[in-house]
Amino acid sequence: MDLFEYQARDIFEKHGVPVLGGVVATTPEQARAGAEHLLGGKPGVVVVKAQVKTGGRGKAGGVKLARSADEAAEKAAEILGMDIKGHTVHRVMVAAGARIAEEYYFSVLLDRAERRYLAMASVEGGMEIEQLAVERPEALARVAVDPLVGIDAAKAAEIAATAGFDAEVAPLVAEVFQKLWTVYQAEDATLVEVNPLVRTEDGAIVALDGKVTLDENAGFRHADHAELEDVAAADPLEARAKEKGLNYVKLDGEVGIIGNGAGLVMSTLDVVAYAGESHDGVKPANFLDIGGGASAEVMANGLDIILSDPQVKAVFVNVFGGITACDAVANGIVAALEILGEHATKPLVVRLDGNNVAEGRAILSAAAHPLVTLADTMDGGADAAAALAAARRDAA
Amino acid sequence: MAIFLTESSKVIVQGMTGSEGQKHTARMLASGTTVVGGVNPRKAGTSVDFTVGDGTVAVPVFGTVADAVAATGADVSVIFVPPAHTKAAVIEAADAGVPLVVIITEGIPVADTAEFFAYAQAKGVRLIGPNCPGLISPGKSNVGIIPADITGPGPIGLVSKSGTLTYQMMFELRDIGFSTAIGIGGDPIIGTTHIDALAAFEADPETVAIVMIGEIGGDAEERAAAFIAEHVTKPVVGYVAGFTAPEGKTMGHAGAIVSGSSGTAQAKKEALEAAGVRVGKTPSETAELMRALLA
Repeated sequence: MDLFEYQARDIFEKHGVPVLGGVVATTPEQARAGAEHLLGGKPGVVVVKAQVKTGGRGKAGGVKLARSADEAAEKAAEILGMDIKGHTVHRVMVAAGARIAEEYYFSVLLDRAERRYLAMASVEGGMEIEQLAVERPEALARVAVDPLVGIDAAKAAEIAATAGFDAEVAPLVAEVFQKLWTVYQAEDATLVEVNPLVRTEDGAIVALDGKVTLDENAGFRHADHAELEDVAAADPLEARAKEKGLNYVKLDGEVGIIGNGAGLVMSTLDVVAYAGESHDGVKPANFLDIGGGASAEVMANGLDIILSDPQVKAVFVNVFGGITACDAVANGIVAALEILGEHATKPLVVRLDGNNVAEGRAILSAAAHPLVTLADTMDGGADAAAALAAARRDAA
Repeated sequence: MAIFLTESSKVIVQGMTGSEGQKHTARMLASGTTVVGGVNPRKAGTSVDFTVGDGTVAVPVFGTVADAVAATGADVSVIFVPPAHTKAAVIEAADAGVPLVVIITEGIPVADTAEFFAYAQAKGVRLIGPNCPGLISPGKSNVGIIPADITGPGPIGLVSKSGTLTYQMMFELRDIGFSTAIGIGGDPIIGTTHIDALAAFEADPETVAIVMIGEIGGDAEERAAAFIAEHVTKPVVGYVAGFTAPEGKTMGHAGAIVSGSSGTAQAKKEALEAAGVRVGKTPSETAELMRALLA
């Protein structure tokens, strides 16, 4: 789960990372109040920053300076509602201004290939780090972090030295690196990035921006992480699926997909997309993995979500009976269609293979549900479902 | 031969007394695996009865992995404990000197995996998984949750990130059979990689040809492609899932995510093809490529 900058700021503050005051606002009035609070009646500068989970907001006009509370409200009115790379701005953060002497970069993240962590730091912050990594790779220090040790004082000093911080600044940034490691570890993050990390004119090191990705698998030990989720931004069908414990991703297509096992479902999407190439370009409408134990209830919940998608014209159920026997899956489909009753209005192509496949197919044949067609193979089923979806789309 | 798992493997089950552990221990025993014990500190000294064929097998429960190893000489442990307890279970197995630990559990925080992987690696312990179906050397031993009745022994080695795609491919090639089929898991950090399995298959005299199944996320397939070009002389066919996956969305497996332009199925397919691997468009086309190779 990616966090907004203001959420990252709050988490940084909680773990003692130096940050500036910041107030989140969803209306110009709130932005005005936030700016008044930050300015405290004195002349000064605040920054109004769009809160979007994408880069390049500065270039897009999503970051503006304001010299008064009224101006902060004006700037917030300009930024709220903006579209930045397909993300609508629903919130801004009004942040205290800083007199910046230098900009640095720091991040710590999961290194999948090396199966440990990687810390990156540079004395040249502020610019896009991907650009820096390509144009001047020597300016970006990359230091391996042992998961059993983390970023202790020695490692933090090593990172600062490798990045070329001078002797005066190195101990100051090293202290902040250790605190950012605390954020990474204590919050079960998979990415903590600060760009820019700045030295102010009065010599303080401050995290001016923050990007944090949290590990959703660690949610069981972080009850407070649930409220960081941007529920409003979630696709309504994805939100409903999540409530029911289903692994569902909405896509832009016409063939609803249900399968068991993440790999097989991904593969099913691909096979349907290939089949769609010869059926008027229809595409898979979603990813839905019902997992190993495909009970009638899980199947009904899954079908219910998929049939609620108005774009879906036909459904392909692709199950390989491994641990779950195909007769149980077939019973699940029959029961699901009964539970759904009149809500089930779109044709289903069902392909079953594996454990007890003959029994499973016999159950579906005997039920003879008018919406259900049996397919012998995965490729054949994908083709049949794509053909049905194309025909029904044209008829609509 | 086969890889990692042979007919002489002695297996203990951490989490055997739980519902998943019990169900799959019964299946492992039924497929001929030598399961010598379970571990549960609260049920040490008891045993669990499993029906195997016409008879009953009583599998003893030990309080610790160390006790189980001392009493049975176990050299494989398979872990079915919940995510919150998996790290402790792996560390216990590594401390007890079990050389191969297979972690079925899904949903483990990646920080825990990073820690127990580093710990196991320092002790020379091979981990398979987490979030994997385990591995089967058909006719010899079966550790994890792969259905044993899909196919029998044969000349193909299979390595895959996905459980059900492993089953699908075993099913497609069921008339030929497999030396070992191994599901390495769909998490961002896994103990045994495609490369480890490819190296083992290359060295295994029973394996004639290899199927490698990958999916979106990370660059394990690209690195495997480079390894194949350098070190694998046996023929390899490949399959990659997730061409239609959108950027930035996790597709079921925690590690299956396209980030920006990295981790795409297209890049993986191209890397494999550049290494001389024939890559199928669908699982059945991949099976046909293997069939043609062995004909």
